[in-house]
Amino acid sequence: MSSFFDMGGYAAFVWPAYAVTLAVVFLNVFWARRALARSRAEARRRLQMQGEPS
Amino acid sequence: MAWTWFHRFASPPHVYRLAARLTPWFAWPAALCIAAGLWGGLVLAPPDYQQGDGVRILYVHAPSAWMSLMVYTTMAVAAAIGLIWRIKVAHAVAASCAPIGASFTFAALVTGALWGEPMWGTYWEWDPRLTSELVLLFLYLGYMGLRAGIEDTQRADRASAVLAVVGVVNVPIIHYSVTWWNSLHQAPSVMRMDKPAMPPSMLLPLLLMLLGFTLLFVALLLVRLRGEVLARERAASWIREVVSV
Repeated sequence: MSSFFDMGGYAAFVWPAYAVTLAVVFLNVFWARRALARSRAEARRRLQMQGEPS
Repeated sequence: MAWTWFHRFASPPHVYRLAARLTPWFAWPAALCIAAGLWGGLVLAPPDYQQGDGVRILYVHAPSAWMSLMVYTTMAVAAAIGLIWRIKVAHAVAASCAPIGASFTFAALVTGALWGEPMWGTYWEWDPRLTSELVLLFLYLGYMGLRAGIEDTQRADRASAVLAVVGVVNVPIIHYSVTWWNSLHQAPSVMRMDKPAMPPSMLLPLLLMLLGFTLLFVALLLVRLRGEVLARERAASWIREVVSV
């Protein structure tokens, strides 16, 4: 098991590479959902300003 | 008629609803492919005979680099369609692509640096492949900066679309940089005319990661596209239906 974490001496390069990539994957999911939620809130606010029932 | 189909397809309410319906069909397969690819790349694939376990960086570096180019190409094609046929939804697709592409270009550069240090003895070199990939990051950032700097969405769409279309010349430059010039970077080992230059135990996890990232891109694009479509529609009545939940 420790040889897995050691990555044949390349641990200092392999693990950060995986960490950065997975961080980018999860941040993208978070950012995309946040962007949609913001657009929806903004659209809802616009509708209310027009005095329409939302 | 083909054109009525096309207009229906590009109509914002249709796109919004279709995107919402399609998202899980891309998101879950993406998660499965990436999970399997990670397991394959980190555990099942053998160490390289020259690079040892350092070669495992391949399974995150190549998919990130692939994303950086595929997303840019999608963005440029959508921007061109938006410019030529004045289709709002096409501009919305282009605008949705940029942050996704920029972040994966960043990942490609960082994982490349982390691979370069142990194998080439340097994190960075002003090498054709590395430099052109850095230019790609600046193209994405320039595109996003330009959009952020223009208040009016229609004008932002058109100005940024021109930048996206012009910048697409960089895509073949990046891809062929390793064959056109002397580069530190190795030549393609999968996307080439011959059969791939690696055993199936390495190729399979790589293909799973490439497929997983591509599916993830579509899912992210669909989610972002809905937000961009909403932002472009001012008083449309269908908006009330889709946001009042």
